[in-house]
Amino acid sequence: MTTLGSRRRLRESALAALFLLPSLAIFVSFFFYPLYRLVYLGLHQQNRTGSAERYVGWSRFGDVLTGEQFTQGLKISSTYVLYTVPLGLALGILLAVAAHRRLRGIKIFQTIFASTIASSVAVASVVFLVLINPQVGYFSNVGFFSLSNPDTALRGVALSSVWQNLGLTFVIVLAGLQTVPEELMEAATLDGFGPIRRFFRVTLPLISPTLLFLVVVLVIFALQAFAQVDILTSGGPAEATQTLVFKIFNSREPLAQSSGSIMAIGLFVVTLVVTAFQFVLLNRRVHYGD
Amino acid sequence: MATDHGGADALLAPWKRALWYLVLTSLSILVLFPVYMTLVRALSTPAAYVREGQPLYPVAVQSDVFARAFDLGNLGPKLLISAVVTIVIVAAQLATALLAAYAFAFLDFFAKRVVFAVFMATLMLPIEVTLIPNVQTIRSLGWIDSYPGLVAPFLATAFGTFLIRQGFLGIPRDLRDAAQLDGFGHLAFLRRVAIPVTRPIIASFAVISFLSAWNQYTWPRAVVTESRWETIQIGLKSLTSSTVDQNNIGFAAAIIAAIPVLLLLIFLQRQLIRGLTAGAVKG
Repeated sequence: MTTLGSRRRLRESALAALFLLPSLAIFVSFFFYPLYRLVYLGLHQQNRTGSAERYVGWSRFGDVLTGEQFTQGLKISSTYVLYTVPLGLALGILLAVAAHRRLRGIKIFQTIFASTIASSVAVASVVFLVLINPQVGYFSNVGFFSLSNPDTALRGVALSSVWQNLGLTFVIVLAGLQTVPEELMEAATLDGFGPIRRFFRVTLPLISPTLLFLVVVLVIFALQAFAQVDILTSGGPAEATQTLVFKIFNSREPLAQSSGSIMAIGLFVVTLVVTAFQFVLLNRRVHYGD
Repeated sequence: MATDHGGADALLAPWKRALWYLVLTSLSILVLFPVYMTLVRALSTPAAYVREGQPLYPVAVQSDVFARAFDLGNLGPKLLISAVVTIVIVAAQLATALLAAYAFAFLDFFAKRVVFAVFMATLMLPIEVTLIPNVQTIRSLGWIDSYPGLVAPFLATAFGTFLIRQGFLGIPRDLRDAAQLDGFGHLAFLRRVAIPVTRPIIASFAVISFLSAWNQYTWPRAVVTESRWETIQIGLKSLTSSTVDQNNIGFAAAIIAAIPVLLLLIFLQRQLIRGLTAGAVKG
């Protein structure tokens, strides 16, 4: 019996290897090997053409991670998270609460609110170029998010992300609201809860797992911000909008590769912490649901 | 009794209903205003529009701007490259994810948990992190400015594998036993039972895969150096940064770039929303 079982397992292992090989080949080549290369590149300084390299050692990691470039990039990326996530989430909740009711034609409003899903980061950036470009934008004279001022430019860039993510945020919050049992709302109403108390005491706690998931997703989006900066400001003015990914992107030439790779490892660690947080939350919810 | 959460239409007082329509309409205007302004700017002759003081309506309308965008902005080839890249990525991700999901769901093999963990670990390695070494790999393979360079890192997907595996695991044991009695091998079971039964999940994943492939920016921007290899998304940068008196071409191009996903939103809304909310909401 055991030999029969193990022979079957052997046969299935061969088949599994065949089925998994295509994915594994891609993952090894473009996910895990690059991770090793990041460390390697971080330890070696290339010459201008990349034809020769010299070992510089681990001290380079400390230098880069405490250096001006990385800390500035991290500060700008974190500020970007603060500008985009709370505002985007609040607006998404507002849209979802408004559109979560039985009214004739509500589907049309729901489709309109979801519509920014159709916009890529690049498209959203061009749309906001129309609105806030310093030369020809419709709101170019509004100082609060002016792209030509280093103190406010990041806010302008952030606006495009908030708008672009509205559709996704709306769709996910609405899906969360739809899982709240109607009887619960009715019971709360019978208990004398007004609409505002119902929202904060019943709805919000019930959809909090969905909101936490969204926060993680939006934080990761914000940490990966690149296209918006590339299209709206090219990193300016005075490097004020150079996010971490923007700095990494511009470290591709051999001379900058060493510090660029270390900054990428820094970004990886930050992303890892955020994603690990997400996994913990998701696992807890899956068990809770079972 | 009127509740504001899914309360029945008929029970809502008329003035309350009117108020909600007012709120919903105002919010719609807020969401759509940026798109409307882009359309206005695309249709207006740039110099005349600025001279007129940037009004809320188009000035000196160029009704042929979309056609001119194809001509002057060379949109045809860019759309073609985006289409090929997207189709290849979606097809490859479906193929690799279906096979891998099948192995994880139905096959008993050595080190299964470890291999699964390896798959899931890739979720923590976004292309932004691995950009520098991956561009190096593409360069050393001679794939800068080529289709293989544009698609290679995206031919497999842990997210899709996970999603489809979940679908496969939901297939009732009875169905598998019955198929086995009918003499179905693994490939026949995959093709004739597993895939048809989980079609909604597979469709949702395909829609999401399309969305993210079409909208990519950072990677193509890193592996394309010649403008004739630009996808539509990265083409938007060069089109909008061209001279101010031609900038409506860039705005028209942005609208064109959004159309395929807009069609997806209109015709495959259910699949799209199911895919987007997968993981966010249980059930």
